[in-house]
Parts: sequence; structure tokens; C-alpha cells
Amino acid sequence: MKHFVSRLALASALSVAGFAAHAANTDITVAMQLEPPHLDPTSAAAGAIDSVLYSNVFEGLTRFMGDGSVVAGLAKSWDISDDGLVYTFILHDNVLFHDGSTMDAEDVQFSLNRARADDSTNAQKALFAGITDVSALDAATVVVTLDAPNGNFLFNLAWGDAIIVAPESIDGIKQAPIGTGAFKFANWVQGDKIELTRNDAYWGTPAVLENVTFKFISDPTAAFASVMAEDVDAFVGFPAPENLPQFEADPRFQVLVGSTEGETILSTNNKMPPFDNVKVREALAHAIDRQAIVDGAMFGYGTPIGTHFAPHNPAYVDLTGSSAYDPELAKKLLAEAGFADGFETTLHLPPPSYARRGGEIIAAQLAQVGIKVQITNVEWAQWLETVFRGKDFGLTIVSHTEPMDIGIYANPEYYFQYDNPAFQELMTNLNATTDPEARTALMGDAQRMISSDFVNGYLFQLAQLSVAKAGVQGLWTNAPTQATDLTAVSWAD
Amino acid sequence: MNRNLIIGLILSAIAILAALMSFIWTPFDHVAMNIPAKLQTPNLTHWFGTDHFGRDIFSMIMVGARTSIAVAFVAVGIGMGLGIPLGLWAAARKGSYIDELIMRANDLIFAFPSLVIAILITAIFGAGAVNAIIAIGIFNIPVFARVVRGAAMPIWEREFILAARVAGKNAARISVEHILPNVLNLLIVQATIQFSLGILAEAALSYVGLGAQPPTPSWGRMLADAQTLVSIAPHLALIPGFAIIITVMGLNLMGDGLRDYLNPRTRVART
Repeated sequence: MKHFVSRLALASALSVAGFAAHAANTDITVAMQLEPPHLDPTSAAAGAIDSVLYSNVFEGLTRFMGDGSVVAGLAKSWDISDDGLVYTFILHDNVLFHDGSTMDAEDVQFSLNRARADDSTNAQKALFAGITDVSALDAATVVVTLDAPNGNFLFNLAWGDAIIVAPESIDGIKQAPIGTGAFKFANWVQGDKIELTRNDAYWGTPAVLENVTFKFISDPTAAFASVMAEDVDAFVGFPAPENLPQFEADPRFQVLVGSTEGETILSTNNKMPPFDNVKVREALAHAIDRQAIVDGAMFGYGTPIGTHFAPHNPAYVDLTGSSAYDPELAKKLLAEAGFADGFETTLHLPPPSYARRGGEIIAAQLAQVGIKVQITNVEWAQWLETVFRGKDFGLTIVSHTEPMDIGIYANPEYYFQYDNPAFQELMTNLNATTDPEARTALMGDAQRMISSDFVNGYLFQLAQLSVAKAGVQGLWTNAPTQATDLTAVSWAD
Repeated sequence: MNRNLIIGLILSAIAILAALMSFIWTPFDHVAMNIPAKLQTPNLTHWFGTDHFGRDIFSMIMVGARTSIAVAFVAVGIGMGLGIPLGLWAAARKGSYIDELIMRANDLIFAFPSLVIAILITAIFGAGAVNAIIAIGIFNIPVFARVVRGAAMPIWEREFILAARVAGKNAARISVEHILPNVLNLLIVQATIQFSLGILAEAALSYVGLGAQPPTPSWGRMLADAQTLVSIAPHLALIPGFAIIITVMGLNLMGDGLRDYLNPRTRVART
């Protein structure tokens, strides 16, 4: 749910000021849609913060790579006890924060304890819930003890919410972040841009780029203009898929089409009649033509999904067949549920085009089986208030962008209010399982369970669409987490 | 009849006929999506082409005319229904505290642009065609109140009003029986102009998402939807744009023409 919150704090409209083209090949200007509300990844759900800072400025013990794999970060190696409860991390030597102080075991201890504290404002506290103790054996060794084996623990530590910060710089982190990454924070012009410079004292492979500017351009039309005019070198998360064919046809640009962790779903209020009836939800699923939505709303970019799981994940099970487009079956199911004449409901649509355009298409498709949908376009703030917190909605469309977030279905309080003890038990088992094969099997069961319960309408996996000048190389094509990792980006000669 | 009036009548008639026609016939169902047939340029099947969902733009323009005209019509009705009585009342009690109260309250509303009023109303009650009507209607109240008051005041000084008073008619009766018929010409002209402003305001509100909600077609929302597509399918923006221009220009020309036509002095001068 990361990107919702970021839009909240982002009300400023941005001007596309033209500025001088970069002569040197060690500078880059990367545009994105949303500006971070502040610069502390450990105390907000705003994905825009990670988009700027993850891996560039801040690092964790482990980290995501562009292909979604989790590799060692600040931890050089680790050892897991046989019972799966004790993780001993060996840290890299000579890691310095940007202010010159040393990063050592005490900083790790501080960071993890801060994230899991009772008064922590970390947006993903669940990642740290199983930790019972963090202790520093010596300057380079940290021992983390869990209350139960957690097969996801190294994955959890790779999240932007688990980056390592120093106790000395924590007070100013929201305006002047000090991390260990290959880039240092330099300047933030609010409403316009954030600038980073290369960290020459970096402990690992140094970055090729010297100066990085992140520009924030929220309007899709302005985004198109800024790329066309070459005001920006790359636009990560380009908001207007309809414009991509033009960039593809233009030799000045390259278009990167990848996958995200964003399962785009027709969220259904499982507690609100008539959606508390599984037959009605099943009818809903069969009334939706996914391909038409991908073509109409996303201009063909996006992979249809049949459950809440990313198709590029090896554990993904293709269940699109069990909710195939079949309006006649949908009508029959509605009749069986006692709604032969259909019913009326509401559809709340947040601002992104996947929702606004997708919503119009879904409304037309549902009308075909007799479900009358009242569309309400809402801003993110309103969406969070009425839908997410207030749970006052029938249907809504939203993309859940966190990696591996099927666990939200185990929380009966979550806004779509799916309450199935069997699923909750399944998730408990999954969390306690470390054997990869057993985990894959459990994840398959989980996908099948929410699919056969038709909890939500599963639409498509949001595509990661980026445009860059032809000479830019090393950008992430996929978005395994919200990040714009520039540490390996360079210009071709 | 002068030229402005004729051109204005013809252009307005196109819009109004399109709106009326849409109740009985459109070439296609205006909400029917056909995504494989999206973004067609104007052709023999789809006279104005298709939009990003493959809907027929000609049909959407026709139904959109209905939305625009209905919103503007009701909004002008609200403005006249409340503005005219207030204006007559203020004129009848010229200089009194009632006059001051009405006119200062009008100034207050007048100071807010209609878009700001609309944003305020939709923030409180939610977006939708009805709230757009209310917002535009509220904006129209002071316009009519001022025009009526200004025109009514000199009439109150006339001898036939004095005669009516002597005959024992009270102020309310005089306002309705003697003042109103004498300012009617002016009101017809003003209503025509407010009507065109209402269509513009509806388009503006729909453009920012505060007007009629999908799937109800609206010219303003068609423009907004076309925004990112303008470089690949310019007709998506041009067609609703022209529809707005033709209607608004038609109504303005008609307003100008009516003013000349209904004003005895200019009518004599022209004929």
C-alpha cells in the first residue's frame, strides 16, 4: 500500500522547468511521478521515499537486486542456527556513514530495535514482529534471535523499511538523510527535485555516476513533454502507457517494460452484502474481461492474474482459468444467489489511470450482467479515509505494490475484510516453514484458497514502464521493490 | 432579425437538436465499449471516430450535449428563480438595510469564481452533475439579482409606478405586475449569456472531475480523457473542443443578437 500515502503528502503541482542538457556523461536526471513527503524510509509507508533513497543512499543487511533476488548488503555473511531461531550476521568492514562515522554492530542493533519498538512509526512493523533480541557480539557481529523460525527473515531485512541508520543522525533524517550507500544526499528543492552526489568513500563497488537529480513530475502530459524535450534522461514509472509506442518508435529513447509487485485488483468489501455471498463474488469474477481491461486501461501493458501473487514469482500458480470471462455464467450465479435482476453498488476509483480507466471498463462489463455500478472518483487522501480506513465501499480498484503481500488476506481487519480461519492458519504455517519446497507448496495452497473464495476480482499485474534516453544503461527493468537503484547505472560511452 | 441573431440561432439549434435527438436515436450506444476498435479516426462507420475505449464519439457528443444543456439550463433556472426576486426586493427597498444585505451578500458570492464555489460544494457533498448544477446555479444568483436591481431602480421613479401606488398596490405586487415585464428583455439576453457561461462552467468542472461522473458523457471529461492521447489521436480533443466552441459561440451571438433585436432603439436604427 506504499504509494497511497506518498500521494497524500504530495499536493504540489510541478512545473517542467527546462534546464541545461548534461554535457558530462556522469550526470543523470531521473524523473518520477511522486515526490517523497520526507526522506526517512523507516517511518513512512510512502513508496516514493524508497524510490529515491533505497540502495542509493540507504542500505540494509540484505538487499533486493533488480531481478527480485535477495543478496547480501551490509552483512557480508550470516549463519542460521539449526532450529532457525538465531541469525548471526557478519558485517562488512570499513563501512562509513556519509558523515564519516563508522557503521558497526551497534548501529544495526539500534536500527532494528528502533524499528520494532512499541512506539516505532515503521510502516512495516510486521517485518520485525518475530524478533525477540538483537545484540552486538563485537563491532562486526550482530546476533538476532527470533521467537519462531521465519523463512522470510532475510527477505524481510531487504525491505526499505529495514535499512540501517545511525543513532547520531536520526533526528535530522527526514530532511538530511545520512546512510551508507554509494550516493550521498546533497539537496532537496521541495516540489521540484532531490539531488544526490557520489560517495567517494563507498565501501563497495563505487557508482559510475557523479551527480544524480530526481525530478518529480506528477502530470502525465507534462511527463510526456519532459521526456520528449529531453529535459530528463529517464522517467521511471512512466504514467501514460498510451504514449509509449511513440517513444519506442523514436531512436532517441528506449522503453523498458518490466513487472512490478503490483497486483491490481477489484477489491471487494467481503463484509458488505451482497458481497458476503461467495456466489456473488464468483459472478463478479466471471463478469470481468481481464484482457479488455489490460488493453483498454493499460494499452496492453500488464499480465492478467487469477490470484493475489506476482506472475514472475516461481511459486506463482496461474489461476486465471478458474475465473474466466463468462457473462452468461455470471448471470446464472447471480440468479442462484437471488439477484436475478442484479443489484447496485459503488466503485471508488483513486487517481491512477489503471483505476480510473479500468473502473470505467469494469462498470461497463458489470452492467452487462445486471450489476449497476455507481462510480466515485476520489483522491488518495479521500480513498484512505473512506475506503482503506473507513471500509465504506462496495468495490474499488487498487494496485497492491508490496512484494509477497498475500499475508494481508490473513488479517480480517484489512479493508476488504476477508475472514477465513483456514487461510490464517495457512499463513501461520507458511511463516514457520523454512524448507523452500514446502514453502512453495503452501504458497500455492494460499493462492488457490483466495482464488476459489473469489475474495477480490484479480485483474492484472501492473507493468513497470520506464523510458530512458538510448544511452542510459543499467536501470532496473522490473520493480521487485519500490526503488530506483542507480548504483550500477552508466551512460554508454 | 440581424445577422448575429441568425447565426447564433443556427449554432445553438445544432446543439439543442443534437441533445434532443440523443433521446430517441444515436448512431451507437454511447456507453458500449469496443476496445479492439479504439482510437479510430473519423470514418464512415464512426463519423467522429472512436475514443480510447472504442466508444463512438459522435454518440458521446450527442449525449454530452444533453448533459451540458441540462446542467446549464437548470443552473440558469436556479439563478433566475432566486436572483430575480432578490433583485426586485432590493430595488423596491432601495437604500434600506434589506437592499444592503442582499447586495452585499451578492458581492460576497460574486467575489468567488464559480469554479471555487464548485470545488467547495463538491468537497462537502461529493462530485456529480447535481452538485455541479448547484454550484453554477449559486454563481448565477448575484448576476441576475444585480441586473434586475439595476434595471428596476429607474423604473421605480416612473409616473406609472406612482399611479400604481396611488391605486393602492403594494411593493410586491408592483414588482411583479409592472417592474418585471419592463426588465424582461434584459433578463432574456442575460439568461442566454449565462446559459453559455453555464455550459463552459460545466465543461470546466467535468474537466477537473467535479462534473458528471462516468459513464455519463460530458464534453469536459472527454477533453480531460483526451489529454494524454492528444499526440496520437488529436481528434479526441478537437471534437469535444469544437462542440463547446460552437455551442458557446452560438449562445453568445444569440445573446448579442437578442439584445439588439429586443432593444427598441437599435431595432429601429437597423430597419
